[in-house]
Amino acid sequence: MDRQAIPVLTESQKMEGRKFRPSLTSRRKQDQTAGRVLFAVTLLPIALVTLITIGLAARFWPILKVYSFWDLVSGTVWKPQDGLFGFWPFISGTFWVTIVGAGLAIPPCILTALYLSEYARQSTRAIMKPLLDLLAAIPSVVYGVWGVIAIVPLVEKNIAPFFEKYLGFVPIFVSKNPTGYSILSGGIVLAVMIAPFIIAVTYEVLMTVSEGLRQASLAVGATQWQTIRSIILKQTMPGIIAAVVLGATRALGETMAVLMVVGNVPQVPRSIFDTAYPLPALIANNYGEMMSIPLYDAALLGAAFILLVIILIFNIASTLVLQRMLGKRWV
Amino acid sequence: MKKHWHRRHIIEAFVKAVMIFSFIIVAGSLGLILWTVISRGLPALTWSMVSQTPKGGFYLGKEGGILNAIIGSLYLAGGGTLIALLFSLPIALYLETYLGDSRRGQYVRLALDILWGIPSIVYGAFGFIVMLAFGLRASLLGGIIALALIELPIMTRAMDEVIRRMPADLEQAALALGSTRLEIATRVVTRQMLPGIVTAILLAFGRGIGDAAAVLFTAGYTDRIPASILQPAASLPLAVFFQLGMPYPEVQKRAYASALILTIIVLAISLGSRWIAGRLSKYVMK
Repeated sequence: MDRQAIPVLTESQKMEGRKFRPSLTSRRKQDQTAGRVLFAVTLLPIALVTLITIGLAARFWPILKVYSFWDLVSGTVWKPQDGLFGFWPFISGTFWVTIVGAGLAIPPCILTALYLSEYARQSTRAIMKPLLDLLAAIPSVVYGVWGVIAIVPLVEKNIAPFFEKYLGFVPIFVSKNPTGYSILSGGIVLAVMIAPFIIAVTYEVLMTVSEGLRQASLAVGATQWQTIRSIILKQTMPGIIAAVVLGATRALGETMAVLMVVGNVPQVPRSIFDTAYPLPALIANNYGEMMSIPLYDAALLGAAFILLVIILIFNIASTLVLQRMLGKRWV
Repeated sequence: MKKHWHRRHIIEAFVKAVMIFSFIIVAGSLGLILWTVISRGLPALTWSMVSQTPKGGFYLGKEGGILNAIIGSLYLAGGGTLIALLFSLPIALYLETYLGDSRRGQYVRLALDILWGIPSIVYGAFGFIVMLAFGLRASLLGGIIALALIELPIMTRAMDEVIRRMPADLEQAALALGSTRLEIATRVVTRQMLPGIVTAILLAFGRGIGDAAAVLFTAGYTDRIPASILQPAASLPLAVFFQLGMPYPEVQKRAYASALILTIIVLAISLGSRWIAGRLSKYVMK
């Protein structure tokens, strides 16, 4: 019966016991203090966005004192040792690769998302979600390895000769580049990389359409496709566009995978078989020497700034649309 | 009853076929990646690859392995995840229990979404500026900070998503019993949402370990295993990248094997997080 005897607390134990049963006032006080501390922590994301933008802009500043912004952005010659910093080959290269990648990814991705949300069985959907998560987790350098092993030779030996033979009269299909390291290779790798992302977001947008609306449409005799075209797509179009733009923004900033397959020659591309040199690749390839030539560091960090601004514009616009669509968030 | 084929039925069948076809293309090309990495990487994968650091002439095809990169990556991603966790758990809890759907909360979420979309090369460049400002060299510390910045929005958003799914009556019951918001955050939400929180942490770790562009700037590369946080550290993605860039076939084969190791680690984390979340959900109120 020893164990059930009521213990006699010493004075210090009583004090200790009090700690676990604090008064309401002190608990309220704790709550409020924690609120203030946590509020400060919550400002971190907002501060970080501002800091990154200002930090890069400040490092970009020295070169803007020498050349005008427009001269830098529209200049086509990149010779840092001669003090020539033209960003146009890199900016246009970035857009070429992104547009080719997004163009290849968008149709199959939207169709796949539609298939998953409208046609697929529950079991297929249940498998697809974890599979998409897995694929989104594959590091970009692995996609790059795949590009070098599989896509570059494919473009070099099959795709480029085919287009040259049958579509060579179209300027953007002219192939003067003897290697497979090209915009098309970069685009294909990017398309596969952003596919899981676009499918997942589009699928989520499609799921916001109420089941009742679908059934009402089917009940009046519309086929599945008619329902998709006139009900589902009509209602979700802004969200789908935002999902696609968000996916394209990922492509815009992708570094390693593109760098490995795109050739990296600073020229303004004319065809999808030309090499390109996107902004992220420029930064990654040259960060080592950037302290050795005057203004080189300002130019490279300026490249990062330009990339950041382009991405921020697309990103904020599409995020706002998505927040509205998915109903969970708004600003 | 015989089906009458109208034009719309033909279109329906055609569209469905196109959709299934694109589904197969997407799934197929993704399967192709795994197959390529496995079929090229597996023959080159040896025990010494994962158990040794590079010996002399490693990059010419001689003896050694990539233990330096494996350990370096674990240090980098581990440190980055820890720091990110220190900030993202409080932010996620505060968003849910204090801010809820208020306007201020929406601004924070927008900022997180924006951060999430900033490419890692920009984080790398920013980390580089910060390191210059503090006079730091390329080091484990710099890499950890850069990865923490990248992982912060990923982890916080993932946590926010799961915490939002907490049953509202649970919170109301706690409030009815007289709990303060802080007590709900620390004793109810963290317990109930533990599986989701663990998943979020592992998701961020997976992103961190696979990131190459940010550590390129900040962590550098070395053949040794770092002994302090001020020494440079190697990482697996960069090991793949550098070895692939060498003109020797033996070294390139090792790059494939390194890519396979990286893929295995990332997929193991992804699958492992599902398993752990499943185990932990036993202790959660349904």
